Formats: sequence, C-alpha cells, structure tokens
Amino acid sequence: MNTMTTTTTIGGTASAVPVLEATGVTMRFGGLVAVRSVDLTVGAGEIVGLIGPNGAGKTTFFNCLTGLYVPTEGRVSYRGGVLPPKPHLVTRAGVARTFQNIRLFPNMTVLENVLVGRHTRTKEGLWSALVRGPGFKRAEATSHERAMELLEFIGLAHKADHLSRNLPYGEQRKLEIARALASDPGLLLLDEPTAGMNPQETRAAEELIFAIRDQGIAILVIEHDMRFIFNLCDRVACLVQGEKLVEGTPEAVQGDERVVAAYLGTPFEGAPGAEEVAEVEAAEAHSATGTGGTTSPEGEAQ
Amino acid sequence: MIRMTTDLSKDTKDTSAAPAADRSSRTTALLRLIAAGGLATVVSTFLAWTYTSEFPGDLTVYGYPAGLQVLTLVAGALVALYALAALGLKGLRGLAPAGAAKALRLLALGAFGTVWYTVLAIAVQLGGLVNLEPGGFVAAAASAVPLAAFLLPDDTRQAPRARELPSWAEILIIVAVFGIGMYAITYGIDTEDPELFIGYLITAGFAVGGLIRAGAIARLSALTAKHRQVTVVAAFAAAAAFPFTQNTDTYTLIAVNILIFATVALGLNIVVGLAGLLDLGYVAFLGVGAYTAALVSGSTASAFDVRFPFWASVLTGAVVSLIFGVVIGAPTLRLRGDYLAIVTLGFGEIFRIAMGNLDGVSGPRVTNGPNGIPNIPDLEFFGYDFGESHTVLGIELGSYANYYLLMLLAMVLVVVVFSRAGSSRIGRAWVAIREDETAATAMGINGFRVKLIAFALGATLAGLAGTVQAHVQHTVVPEMYQFAGPVPPNSAFLLAAVILGGMGTVSGPLLGATLLYMIPAKLQFLQDYQLLGFGIALILLMRFRPEGLIANRRAQLEYHESDQSDAPDKGLSGSGVGVGVTKAGA
Ligand SMILES: Nc1ncnc2c1ncn2[C@@H]1O[C@H](COP(=O)(O)OP(=O)(O)OP(=O)(O)O)[C@@H](O)[C@H]1O
Ligand SMILES: [Mg+2]
Repeated sequence: MNTMTTTTTIGGTASAVPVLEATGVTMRFGGLVAVRSVDLTVGAGEIVGLIGPNGAGKTTFFNCLTGLYVPTEGRVSYRGGVLPPKPHLVTRAGVARTFQNIRLFPNMTVLENVLVGRHTRTKEGLWSALVRGPGFKRAEATSHERAMELLEFIGLAHKADHLSRNLPYGEQRKLEIARALASDPGLLLLDEPTAGMNPQETRAAEELIFAIRDQGIAILVIEHDMRFIFNLCDRVACLVQGEKLVEGTPEAVQGDERVVAAYLGTPFEGAPGAEEVAEVEAAEAHSATGTGGTTSPEGEAQ
Repeated sequence: MIRMTTDLSKDTKDTSAAPAADRSSRTTALLRLIAAGGLATVVSTFLAWTYTSEFPGDLTVYGYPAGLQVLTLVAGALVALYALAALGLKGLRGLAPAGAAKALRLLALGAFGTVWYTVLAIAVQLGGLVNLEPGGFVAAAASAVPLAAFLLPDDTRQAPRARELPSWAEILIIVAVFGIGMYAITYGIDTEDPELFIGYLITAGFAVGGLIRAGAIARLSALTAKHRQVTVVAAFAAAAAFPFTQNTDTYTLIAVNILIFATVALGLNIVVGLAGLLDLGYVAFLGVGAYTAALVSGSTASAFDVRFPFWASVLTGAVVSLIFGVVIGAPTLRLRGDYLAIVTLGFGEIFRIAMGNLDGVSGPRVTNGPNGIPNIPDLEFFGYDFGESHTVLGIELGSYANYYLLMLLAMVLVVVVFSRAGSSRIGRAWVAIREDETAATAMGINGFRVKLIAFALGATLAGLAGTVQAHVQHTVVPEMYQFAGPVPPNSAFLLAAVILGGMGTVSGPLLGATLLYMIPAKLQFLQDYQLLGFGIALILLMRFRPEGLIANRRAQLEYHESDQSDAPDKGLSGSGVGVGVTKAGA
C-alpha cells in the first residue's frame, strides 16, 4: 500500500495546534501512585506510541484522558479546550478509545455495535423514535450507511448480522476500532490493539492504523510489540512506574538504556552495546535504578 | 490434532455404512408402530373411559370425546402426524424440518402423560381402578406404544432452507396458526375444572416442546418475521375476537386481568429486559396510576370531589406515575450496582404502607386507608358506558368485554412503544448500558440520562395501565400492590413473567404473564404451595432454558450463527472442512 513511505518520521515536534495536551496528569489510588505527573502532547496527524512494562500505568493514563478516572492532579485538553472528566463528554468532544481487554457489547450484532458508536453524532431521542417521523428515518438511514461504510473499511461488512461475541479475537479488536471511529473522533486512543494477534493480523492492523491516520485522525497507541510500535509511530513515550521516562523518535527510544533496563527489570550494566549508550542524550533527571518489573493485577477498566 | 479427529470420524463413518440399511428398516418399523399407537390413542378417545359422570368432563359416552379425552385426541393426533411425517409422507415433511425423533419423544410423553394422568386421576378420585371402563385401559395401553420413540435413532439435523411458498399460502399459514393459538388459549381460560386444566398444561407443554424440537416453531417465526404486518394484524384480530367467544363475563374478567398483568409486564421489560435495571417495586407504579385514577374518578371515598373524563384521568395517572418514576430514579440511577434494586424494593413497600396510612388517623385523609377506595364508577367515553352490555354484530358483549377491548388497545400501545423504542438510537443505548456500562459511556452514552428515560418510561406505562385497572376492579386497596403475594400482578410475579417469558422480547412477557396468571387462577387448590411450585419452576427454567421460554432476537441469532461454518465456537464438532478455517483467533 501507499503507507510504506510514511514510516519515516515527518515532524519530530508537535505542530502548532496539539490535538491532545496532557499536563501534569497524576493518578493516585490510595497510597499507590499509578501515574505521576505525566505530560504528553499529540499533534495533528501524528501517531504517538506509549510503551512501558506491565503495570507501568499506561491504561490508567488512558482512563485519565478519557474521563473514566478523574485524575488526582493535572489537566487534559483537546484542541485547546479542557476535557471534562466524564467519559461521554470526552467522546462527544472527539476522543474515542478502545479497551485493552476487548469490551464490545457481546450480545449485540456487529452492526449494532458500530451504531452505538454513532450515539454522540445523532440526537434522535425517545419521542422521535416513537413518532418515527421522516427526520428519524433519515437519521437512522444515515447512521446505517455510515456504520456499513466503517465495516467495509475494516473488512467486516459481510458479518454485519453476527453477534459480536461470536467473532474471532482479531476481528473483535478491529470491530472495537470501527465502533470508536463511528463517533467521528479527532483523536483515537488504542490500548494494545494487536494483543493476541498473529503476525499477519498485526501487519494488517498496522495498515489499518495508517489508513485511519490518513483520514486526519491523530492516534495514541499503547503496545508491547516493539516492532509494531517502532514501525508505526512518529514519536514514542515510555512510562515506567507511572513516570514518563523517555520521549522521542522511535530510534532514540529504542536505543535508550533506561528503556531497555526497565523492560529487562535489571540495571543496565556492562551491556554489549556500550557505545550506543554514549549516543543517547542524558536529558532526563531521573535515574533508572533497579526497577523491578512489578506484576500487577488487571485494572478495572482496561 | 485436527487431522486426526477428521480421520477418526471418517473411519467411524465407513464402518457404520454397512448396517445402515438394516437400521433404517428398523426405524421404519418403529415409526409405523408409533403411528399406530398414536392412532389407537385417538380412537380410544371415542370410547367411554369411566361409567359415572362424577369425574369432571363426563367421560362416559361412546361416540365422541369429551373433556380430557379431547386433549388426549390432540396429543395422539400429533404423535401420529409426526410419525407419518418422519416416514416421509408427502406434504407432512414441512412439519419437522429439524428432525422428528426428538420431537416424537416429547409428543409421545405428552400423550402418555395426558392419558395416564387422566386414568390415575379417575382411579384416585373415584376410588380404584374398577371405575375404569375398557376404553380407559385401551387408552392407557395405546398411549404407551408411542414411547417406542425413545428407541429411535436421533435424526436431528440442520433445518434445510424452507421451500418458497406463494405469499398467500404463507399468510394463510400465519392466520391459521394464530387462529389455532388463540383457540388453545381460549380453551385454557375457559376450562373450569382443575383436573382438566392440569391435563391441558401437560398436553400443551409437551406439544409446544415437541414443535420446538421439530423446528416447526423456528420456521413459523421466520414466516412471521417475513410478514410482520400480517402477523401483527392477525395477532390483534385473534385477541380481539376473544370476547365474542364468551357467553358470560366470568372468563372475560380473567382475560382482562391477564391483559393488565401482561401489559405491565411488558412495561417492566423495557426497564429490566432492555436497559437491564432491576426494579423490584414496579407494581407500585401501577398502584400510583390506579390510585390517581380512583382519586379523580368521583368515587365518594375519594378525598377529591372531582370527576375527570376518561382521557384526563388516564393522562393524570400516567403523568403522576412519571413524576414518581423520575423522583425515585434520579437519585439512584447515578449509582451503579444493586442500589436501584434496594431503593425500588423500598419504594414499593413504602407506597403500599403510605396508602394504608393516609386514612385520616395515621395521616391526612386521602386514600381511605386499608379499606381503599371503593365504588369507582365505570368508565364513560363520549356517552359510551363501559358498565353496560352492548350488542355488536348480533353478539351480546358484557361490560368486561368493553374493558377487555380497551385494555387490548392499551397493550397494543405498549407493544408499539416497546418495539419502536427498542429498535432506535435510544433502545440501542439501553442495550449497550445493559451489556457493558463502562464501554457504553466510553462510546458517548450518558448513562444516567438514558437509564432515567427507561425507568421513567416504564413507570409511565405502568401508571397508564393502572388507570384502567382501577375502573376494571371498581375498587383499589393498598394490598393489591404487594411485593409478593398470591394474586398477580405483584412485583415478584411481574419480574417472573419477564424472566420466564424471555427478557427483551415482546411476546415473552405476554406469554409469561398469561401462564403466571392462569395457573394460580385455575388451580385454586395449589394456593398454599403456589410460591413453592413457582420457585421450583423458576429454578428448572434457569437450568434448562436460561434465556426464557421465548428467546429474543439476539439469542436466536446466536443459535442461527453457530450453524454457520465460520463461527468460532464451533470447535471440532463440525465436518473436517469447516474446522481448519477459523482457529487462528484463539
Ligand atoms: N482502579 C484501580 N485501583 C487501584 N489500583 C489500580 C487501579 N487501576 C490500576 N491500578 C494499578 O495501577 C498500576 C498501573 O496499572 P495499569 O493497568 O495502568 O498498567 P499498564 O501499564 O496498562 O499495564 P499492562 O501493560 O499490563 O496493561 C498497577 O499497579 C495497577 O495495579
Ligand atoms: Mg494496560
């Protein structure tokens, strides 16, 4: 596809009007600080990756962005306006998301799932549903059309009438993306979109995400698959124990010793690529000492 | 691994090929035997089963069937019909698209059960087997023969695509089925004796089970889905015909009460079935509507000396219910979990007790306390007095027939509201909330608002039904609106009607309400054990058919889908071709 050329970083820095701007986002659960003062911006047309070991706080950060959690501190704004910490208002504003452990509506059909995603972009209430005037029929027809278009886009149109819970795993993930796209977002948050996919499916997902970006939708994506992340993203941020450790181009992050250390769970000493270490600018103040890979239980809304 | 299983199944197929001819001749013989047994059962109903007319239904006559014999006749005929269908008789094959063996087992059990129940009931009630005439023994023997169906090999298969019939024929089938269905229900309502009613339940239960197994019901619902308009009109016409078949008001009153119960259950189905909100005090909204209508009806016991015209009292009742719905719902629906169940349970009880206390002693005099508001006048609609008999098409209709038809209209209204709201943006939002509230809000649905709309709509519809109920009963007392009690509708029975019938469907709660009303009404002797039996029935249902008697469209889809070769859950049971395709996702 035409997307092969776009893997090179276009603009390392965010453009004039950031789509998403999170400043100082902190989330505490009692004594545990799951996210600590994280700043992140996503520019228009950008694909930004968010990586980090298990339990680093990536999903929690997403939940703070989308209003599922009210951050203890910090501010999240979308296209200049501050986002209210209410999930439905965030979606209405133009930020849509998918979930780490798929949360489709299992007993609804594939088409209905996508139609639910249209909720914020239609306004027919109970009354118009009961009266069924021409306005209602038109809106309903438009919604169907748009939903089918999206199913076509992700390649599930032929399964529109199937129950979503009967879809194979990879298709469920794609359907979740279609459902999120149905709300016509300006920013799409993807939480581990390729978890559980085989290599072919992962590659297809890559193409899909590029195609979404080409429609002018900015993307923030969490992923553990490094090949996927480094292929896809213009910029990558790494969270470790709730703090943003590094942010930069995929190449820079890939080579950062602290990132490697965080993933391996041991201090990075006497490693083979010692010369690379010198190349990395030591801009960050934090020292990455002995970060034990904390295993975490599943969060509530992942 | 997949390879191996495929090969294995091939092997077994090869070895089983040889005695196939042998087996099929055995099957044919069995089927002939079953058909003969069915026919013999039919014939036996024309004999006398007992010589005294003390047993209900007068089974002493040679020459025509009576009472329980009629039911036996139906059960026997169904057995014979399905056996012949399995034998491949032309024109009958459409009766069992999904295989006849399992259906035959149920039908045979039905015939056997009906006959043996009758025979035993005669023996027990009249004291000994001596009371049986030879006909009874013939029937008992004949009805045991079809049990040979349990020796039949299982021939369950995927129903083939239905043969295209001309539309008029399909419509004719729909009309005929609704005619028969209404006749069967009317027969149930009109049975007087508990013995007969139990027999009716046995026959009907097994017959319906058999028809489902045979795939006949599925085929029928495909037809009704294809001709929705016709179905709706046929159903309405069949229901509207009921009062014309009655010569007294007794059973019409039962039918009116069933309609009220069913309408309220359908309203509750919006709240529980669509939006997934557990409302344990729903009957209180019926009470709000009924009390409001009673208070503005001009009854002498009412605190208000006003008499609203019918339309105004309906509106007032619905609006007052709506207000109560919002007042109860607004603070509780913001919370997730079981708070709503607890609050509605409390509200239901508070309503009943408050109505009892507003008697001028414990509180202001509004509702006349535990004595309730009696002498609620009959409705009058532009000079049409609902309390009088009217003659339509030469048939005399009693006063309850008026209420029956009015209530039928109310039910149609609720059906329309349910199905229109259900298949719209708001209905999808309800189902989404029910399925996964977190995901639903993340899709932009304002959970609180959408739930409140469902809750308030449910309350309004119940209030509307309540206004009619007040006039039908001519009196309202607090004890009519309990959480659980012997007489439906009460909150527990309403919920049971929804769950038993099938959540999220239109016909489910209607069926559930009909059964739950009729069974206690007809089997008065069960009074003491009613709640026990009811509990057992619910447990059995949850074990064997958790989706309710009538599965909703989505659950149907699920069955439908597991028939498709690309469904993921199919596992290795399918043929070798289907298996390899979609294991990737797992
Ligand atoms: N609702 C909650 N209450 C208490 N602790 C929570 C809650 N949600 C998350 N946490 C904790 O916050 C930390 C970060 O969890 P989070 O799910 O955000 O990690 P993650 O980076 O998404 O990990 P993974 O890669 O495994 O998905 C974990 O220690 C987790 O236990
Ligand atoms: Mg996570």
